Amino acid sequence: MGKLYGTHWILTLLLAVPLTGAVACLVGPERRARWTALATTLVALALSLPLFWTFSTGTAEFQNAASFPWIERWGISYAVGLDGISLLMLLLTTVLMPLVVAGSFSQIGRRERAFYASLLILMMGMLGVFVSLDLFLFYMFWEVMLIPMYMIIGIWGGKRRIYSAVKFFLFTAAGSLLMLVAIVALVHLHQQQFGEASFAYADLLRLSIPPRLQLWLFGAFGLAFAIKVPLFPLHTWLPDAHVEAPTAGSVILAGILLKMGVYGFLRFAIPLFPSAAMNRGVVAVILLLGLIGIVYAAWVAAVQPDAKKLIAYTSVAHLGFVMLGVFALTPQSLEGAILQMVNHGISTGALFLLIGMIYERRHTRLIADFGGIARVMPFFAMALTVVALSSIGLPGTNGFVGEFLILVGTFQRYPVVAVLATTGVIFAAAYMLPMVQRIILNPLTDDENRELSDLNGRERAVLAPLLGLILLIGVYPQPFLDRISPSVNSLIEYVEARALPMEAEQEPEIPAVAFELTQREGNHTLEEERGEIGR
Amino acid sequence: MSEYHPILPGLILGLPLLGAALNGLGAFAWRENKTVPTIVGPLTVLGAFALALWNLSAMRGAPPHEASLVSYWTWFSSGDLHVGVTLLFDQLSLLMTLIVTGVGGLIHVYSVGYMRDDRGYSRYFSYLNLFIFFMLVLVLAANYVLMFVGWEGVGLCSYLLIGFWYENREYSDAGKKAFIVNRIGDFGFLIAMFMLYTAFGTLDMLSIFERAPGTLVAGGVLVTAITLFLFLGCVGKSAQIPLHVWLPDAMAGPTPVSALIHAATMVTAGVYLIARSGVLFALAPFSQAVVASVGAGTALFAASIALQQNDIKKVLAYSTISQLGYMFLAVGVGAYTAGIFHLMTHAFFKALLFLGAGAVIYALHEAWDETGEHGDPNDMRNYGGLNRFMPITWRTMWVGTLAIAGVFPFAGFFSKDEIIWEAGVRGYAVLWGVGIAVALLTAGYMTRLMVMTFHGANRSFGEDGAGERSHLHEVPRVMWAPLVALAVLSAIGGWVQIPEALPLLPSVNLLHAWLEPVFQPALAVAGAGAAHGVVAVHGATVAPGESFSRTSPLGGGEALWAVLATVPAVAVVLLVFRSLSRRRYRRAAQAPEPRGLAAVLYHKWYVDELYDRIIVRPLLALWRGCWRIVDHRLIDGSVNGLAGLSRIAGWTGSQLQSGRLSTYILVFMIGALLILGSLAF
Repeated sequence: MGKLYGTHWILTLLLAVPLTGAVACLVGPERRARWTALATTLVALALSLPLFWTFSTGTAEFQNAASFPWIERWGISYAVGLDGISLLMLLLTTVLMPLVVAGSFSQIGRRERAFYASLLILMMGMLGVFVSLDLFLFYMFWEVMLIPMYMIIGIWGGKRRIYSAVKFFLFTAAGSLLMLVAIVALVHLHQQQFGEASFAYADLLRLSIPPRLQLWLFGAFGLAFAIKVPLFPLHTWLPDAHVEAPTAGSVILAGILLKMGVYGFLRFAIPLFPSAAMNRGVVAVILLLGLIGIVYAAWVAAVQPDAKKLIAYTSVAHLGFVMLGVFALTPQSLEGAILQMVNHGISTGALFLLIGMIYERRHTRLIADFGGIARVMPFFAMALTVVALSSIGLPGTNGFVGEFLILVGTFQRYPVVAVLATTGVIFAAAYMLPMVQRIILNPLTDDENRELSDLNGRERAVLAPLLGLILLIGVYPQPFLDRISPSVNSLIEYVEARALPMEAEQEPEIPAVAFELTQREGNHTLEEERGEIGR
Repeated sequence: MSEYHPILPGLILGLPLLGAALNGLGAFAWRENKTVPTIVGPLTVLGAFALALWNLSAMRGAPPHEASLVSYWTWFSSGDLHVGVTLLFDQLSLLMTLIVTGVGGLIHVYSVGYMRDDRGYSRYFSYLNLFIFFMLVLVLAANYVLMFVGWEGVGLCSYLLIGFWYENREYSDAGKKAFIVNRIGDFGFLIAMFMLYTAFGTLDMLSIFERAPGTLVAGGVLVTAITLFLFLGCVGKSAQIPLHVWLPDAMAGPTPVSALIHAATMVTAGVYLIARSGVLFALAPFSQAVVASVGAGTALFAASIALQQNDIKKVLAYSTISQLGYMFLAVGVGAYTAGIFHLMTHAFFKALLFLGAGAVIYALHEAWDETGEHGDPNDMRNYGGLNRFMPITWRTMWVGTLAIAGVFPFAGFFSKDEIIWEAGVRGYAVLWGVGIAVALLTAGYMTRLMVMTFHGANRSFGEDGAGERSHLHEVPRVMWAPLVALAVLSAIGGWVQIPEALPLLPSVNLLHAWLEPVFQPALAVAGAGAAHGVVAVHGATVAPGESFSRTSPLGGGEALWAVLATVPAVAVVLLVFRSLSRRRYRRAAQAPEPRGLAAVLYHKWYVDELYDRIIVRPLLALWRGCWRIVDHRLIDGSVNGLAGLSRIAGWTGSQLQSGRLSTYILVFMIGALLILGSLAF
């Protein structure tokens, strides 16, 4: 046990489990696929949970890290590792996946093998993205996610599924192609500066890139990530994709895939190109777009007749808060942003599950078709209320802590931006409460609604962990923050030390930051050595 | 005399929370069983009240001391921001705890009768207990963030209870309106917290208050901004102009809820916040003037509306807004103890009046149910002459009326007199005048309420409903007992503070002496601002030099004005009583529409209509425009319009359906690898 959690093998195992599960789904009988998938995700969950405790909180180093050469002539390696940020993202993925699978039982009635195999491949891709420390590996996993998601929307989706799937695919693919070009450019630079090609994250961090070039490369990475986030005005693929996707697709999309964009900024775009990320113009544009996202998306959400579309727009608003926190680059705002990524995964995931549950009963997502169903579905009503309150950041729920930290941190640097963003808390109430009211409150007039049955045991079991987490993170978020904060502080120090003004063409005499792989007592640890800058 | 340590502080909060959990469970698990909520609901709150009393006696027995802090766990900590789950026990928070659990406990008991036949009985007590828990968090919090938990938590319970009968669309609309309007205020609270953290690096109240005089420039922009944003929060929560619109609608909730949340406790949270942050406000004279002016303005505005309402709960709602205005006038002029004093007496008499109104509504409901008569049980035009049928309710409500009208020696006389007097001696001549005028209006609308409800001929049934009238009777004991208890408090609750100046009376200085340690820093700051050292008007502290005149703006001492204030109040009560009891009201269904000024007041100065026209509708239009025009036409239009994109989409779509997706992916991957490969060579 202890051995396993001290090494990279646990991460490799976590990647292997869903892949194995996917194969098992495909070769097994049709009606057993769901159980295979559920078992696989539960195993992954059980394997991943101890990471939360075995993770050492006092350090920003990558833990459980390892690097093996893979395709040596191209400098490609199998390099994986965890820091506080990827740890939480990984756990978010492993916690949500069993719920997604169990939540799909009654919705997916055809081609189950392919469906559950797609889910598991997707899971592997997501886990891979969060643990990769080699850009080739990262890009591979990034693209691996795209295909199953495309299929989930395109095959098991609603009426306009083809349009939505293609829109999703084109938006995302366009971004990732640009990112590919930028990765190739980085590798090329490494070849120039160090005489050999390398895709390794640690190697690429050592590059000295002229600030102007940083701007271009940041742009290429940034666009790919901004589409994923999504940042206004690149968000229009999201509502369509959500509306047409089956519940599982929506939960994964909102709960995990959107976080990839932010994660990309945190892991790659910002540390690789600190001068660009700290550039006043760049920061101003991103803060502005995040701010527009917060306010504008809340406005548009407030007038949506379709519940899923409404929630899709709220995602844009929430991720706007997250982007604000990331680019305000203060300890509070960044920790808040990362916590808020987890929170959004939980609360929005739960919202999509809940809407999915009434969709299965009534085959409509139009808010106006419901009303008064608290009488016939009291448990559903309670759950929807709690989740909605978490989504609008009521203190005592998880949403408040993240939002508060983001705003208080942003206020330190950009008070006007923070004040404008805080209006979002008013608009959040203005879109969420009317939806809740029109679904569960008001008179119960529709005959079909009168016949609705309350959530069954399986559905309650799916929601219970999420409701528990909403309250737990709401009252005791500190263990989560403890795991984030070393990584956040080291990121801030690193970026601020390395950022150069745009005019500087050549990197001045700053001690090179070296990431080195060291082996300690059989423990593969990727260690940062910072010279004078870091500590 | 041993030092004071809070006794079982966790249990004071824990009991109501436990009650909320048990009753919440009950709402799902044993829906038909009413025994558990009947016992658990009131008992947890009364238990908390008993603990608070125990703490009170311990604190009284201890020497004067610093505030006691009780820390539980670190809520969150990031960078140098540390927010703990920490409670603050001092004279003020303990007094508030007593009010919340004491009045709250009585209202819980009353609810056992009032909600007896409701199908949501268990759910009701769950919400009500949860409210008490959050209210206690609000008053006991040692830092602003934890206070904000209580602040929004009570807002949540208010939302849930206003819309308790959710199947009525109007009611659930009212709940939603309350929440959203309150969020505007919460926005201010949040911004104030951001500023406080920026200025002090902490959000712990005690260290902020300690360092404020040295850190913030008195009268400076920063402290003025902080206090004004805090006040925005108060304007929302305590329903002051211009965010008062949610409170009258909040009367949709069950009447005990109106008594507890929308009269006695939650809506006074704003007053508590300002009194608690007295040091900050003392540093910002401009903000103080704003608070006092908004308070006085709201007091007058709301009292004028109360004159023309026919719904008994609406009269009381506007009366509450008006009385809250008094409290803001007090804390705005820096008379914190006077504000808290009125908060306390108001909790007694307004809870009494609301519960009395609830008793009337209940009785009418019962009688109409039995006889098949219909009508609006909240409309006073359907009442009349109820004194014969409900003697206890009638008498206790008169006590409440005299108390709120400020008639000697009832509770409101002492607290209201003190506010008006303090405003006067501190030089707020106009606000002093407004205070006196509002006192007279209060006597007027309350007497009108009493006459329309209890006196004259009964209008609850048709012309000759003598037989049916026998169905009208007094409410059960579980409901009238709390009325009696509150009536006693409304009668004698003011005697904790009797000014020295009044002739023939013993001077009592319990409240000022009790709260003196809490407000001392704020008064010191105010005194330093006036370059006069420490000043306390009611003699709690010896002042090195009097900074205020001891006479009112029109001359004359406190005793004279106390007499001058009560005589007109009594006169108004008598006058209105005489003129209205001769008037023949018609039942609501046959009553004529009001005209002229009466119509303006009846329609609440058309504020709701105005907001609808200039805010709600334009915003909704803007939002729809954003969606249909910006999102669909501009953004999606330009994306879809990109040459060839739609064709590609069609093509890929057809590929998907023909099952050749794998071909496409393969091509894509090969292309990617080719690019990579070309680079390696």
